Amino acid sequence: MPTHTITVMRGILDQNEEQAAHNRAHFDEHGVFAVNLMSAPGSGKTALLERTIDALAGRFACAVIEGDLETDNDARRIRRHGVPAIQITTGSTCHLDAAMVHDALHHLPLAGLDVVFIENVGNLVCPASFSLGTHADVTLISVPEGEDKPSKYPVMFRSAGLVLVSKADLLPVFEEFSVSAVTEQVRALANRAPILAVSSKTGLGIGAWIDWIAAQVAARRALREVANTRGDAPAVAVGASS
Amino acid sequence: MHELAVSLALIDEAERVAREHGAQGIAHLRVLIGPLSGVDGELLARAYTVARVGSTLTAEATLEWIPSVIAVCCEQCGTTSEVAVQRLLCGVCGSWQTHVVSGTELTLQSVELVGATH
Repeated sequence: MPTHTITVMRGILDQNEEQAAHNRAHFDEHGVFAVNLMSAPGSGKTALLERTIDALAGRFACAVIEGDLETDNDARRIRRHGVPAIQITTGSTCHLDAAMVHDALHHLPLAGLDVVFIENVGNLVCPASFSLGTHADVTLISVPEGEDKPSKYPVMFRSAGLVLVSKADLLPVFEEFSVSAVTEQVRALANRAPILAVSSKTGLGIGAWIDWIAAQVAARRALREVANTRGDAPAVAVGASS
Repeated sequence: MHELAVSLALIDEAERVAREHGAQGIAHLRVLIGPLSGVDGELLARAYTVARVGSTLTAEATLEWIPSVIAVCCEQCGTTSEVAVQRLLCGVCGSWQTHVVSGTELTLQSVELVGATH
């Protein structure tokens, strides 16, 4: 049977990108700042969210979408702090994608919310390839993991809008860990993202992290006001990534 | 690890194109993979052989993947240079004010269709 070759030139993950764009439009419609929180397993994402929710109480209304292969342990931890948490259990899938977030949003009314944190599956590789429709990617490396993660995981770290060095209370114990080495590697990826050392346990650096969130929320609100005045859809905030 | 998910998305896209052209099957897929796409070409090729089993149009289709190179365009000096994966600074002036112009591709370049009607 005859064959002929059709040129396609389409992104293989374009469908995920389209769903991500719909998710982002949904967040924008409600003026919600959405964050994709990523790291290796055990870097302290959930502990950071617990600390963050307490720090934002009374200032911004938050919700969390949790992603894990199994259990709803993390969603339960978050709910104890009095905010809605939706748990996505992926079974064997090593990352969240835009369709999973879309489905989770069916269970999470955005009216009245200011910030939605999406805690991705603990994994420094796969989540980097799957846009969720968030306004910013925040990537954690914890002090015990070692400082060379940005060089080892360039795809993840080159698009981080903010890098958090977590468990920073352990810096005196891990003398060989250098935050400036982390910064150097991130800059070598042509990424100008801020690097903040934080400790969920002691509160070190949490103020700067909260200030960053507040600045992003304000920037999104300002963009939304401009868009509403002009009758446009909100634009992408400079400095935030997909 | 996520190469299986990517293979499934690849098959979906290829089959969409095949159906659009009224094809009876797909003989060959050509894919461009950049080092910054987060996808490993060898793993994708292996995952693909699993993913295509039982699919209507892609079950016999061979997969060819081509790597792209990483190139950045410098906002400081205006040149485009080929660079390494951990060092996306300008290859000419060393500036960090670069943007990637090649190397992030995960693209279905072409499909060879069998018995397409249009």
